[in-house]
Amino acid sequence: MLSKRIIPCLDVKDGRTVKGVNFVDLKDAGDPVELAWQYAQQGADELVFLDITATHERRKTMIEMVKSVARQLNIPFTIGGGITEIADAEALLNAGADKISINSAAVKNPQLIADLAKVFGRQFVVVAVDTKLVNGKNMVHLNGGRLITELETEQWIKQAEDLGAGEILLTSMDHDGTKQGFDCNLLQTISQMINIPVIASGGAGSIEHFTEVFTTTGVDAALAASVFHFGEIPIPVLKNELKKHNIPVRL
Amino acid sequence: MIGIVNYGAGNIFSLTSALSRLGITYGMINSEDEFDQYSHIIIPGVGHAGAAMDKLNKSGLVDKIRSLTKPVLGICVGMQLLTDHSEEGDATLTSIIPLQTKLFDKELGIKIPHMGWNNVEIKNNSLFEGVENQTQFYFVHSYFIEYNPIFGIATADYGQEYSAAIQKDNFYGVQFHPEKSGAAGERLLLNFSNLK
Repeated sequence: MLSKRIIPCLDVKDGRTVKGVNFVDLKDAGDPVELAWQYAQQGADELVFLDITATHERRKTMIEMVKSVARQLNIPFTIGGGITEIADAEALLNAGADKISINSAAVKNPQLIADLAKVFGRQFVVVAVDTKLVNGKNMVHLNGGRLITELETEQWIKQAEDLGAGEILLTSMDHDGTKQGFDCNLLQTISQMINIPVIASGGAGSIEHFTEVFTTTGVDAALAASVFHFGEIPIPVLKNELKKHNIPVRL
Repeated sequence: MIGIVNYGAGNIFSLTSALSRLGITYGMINSEDEFDQYSHIIIPGVGHAGAAMDKLNKSGLVDKIRSLTKPVLGICVGMQLLTDHSEEGDATLTSIIPLQTKLFDKELGIKIPHMGWNNVEIKNNSLFEGVENQTQFYFVHSYFIEYNPIFGIATADYGQEYSAAIQKDNFYGVQFHPEKSGAAGERLLLNFSNLK
């Protein structure tokens, strides 16, 4: 049976891991390669690295980091942040990334999804969507939730699937950083609506939140950062608990 | 020493990294005569099977691969290339193993691609030596090879039972990514390197 995946997310700036609480107030949580290796040992199923470096040298630094991670890591990983063209994705693929995640670049240029899927296969293309409830509607946001778009979340995700996205990483900005649980209603709606895997993100604070998202929605994976980075939820403990609830996991 | 067929289809950095971690030496094969330098051959592959077959045809290495008698391992799309035909791009493949590569049927209520860790039902085969039955491996694919009792050496279940690994004589194929499948995947690569 296909397992539900547990995915620690590492924000990377200038080659170091950081985690934003509500995407502001960054804390340094260590060396990405070492953290990645530790997560693999603990039983993480996959990792996501989000590059939040803004400088010019970003791409080069990131490629070096990706290579270092790929040399050490025996589980799959995704790279997101700053990918705007085929060449960016190709460099990451050649450095050992299994998937790339695109967010604002896809909103600005939806054709990028189709182009990437055509060149690398749709399994390589994760479309990350940051969503926030505005006047009762789920609206796509950019820049870590600061910039609202005209896109309704459900429609945008459907469009992304049609264009060739292989997976959706859905982050609820209303829940992110709150540790009050995932946005299970929206995640269930999306998961039922599309036929590609969905990664739940935003709001994980306790083991019960993971149990809840896997028992009440059809999502395929759950992503979190700080609860893993600061050891609040050890992955082996989490997975054993999920198993007790008959949620298929890899132990 | 393992030779990796370098025909330009996909990410081989992860594969070579895994081999390095295991202390297995390897080199790249770009031309027919280079096959002789290696005891074992890996055909990697990611992406579109039809496009990958075009590249393999252009490399001019297909006849040589067909004639090999040393152990050959196709990984993911590299495995699919060993079959007769893929529905992906309606592509005629190498026909080394008489099987069909088909698209998963979403009417079965499954998400496509099949992405993540799934259990593998293992038949007794030296490729899986020391790997427990029902161990999970990492899969990423939208097309699958039909189950066949003659050539199937491992199966996975995703909407239906299909081939997770196949073998015909010295030709092996695995649909999952051993280089991304934790300790079990590394064991499989080690087992392959030890096949006689």
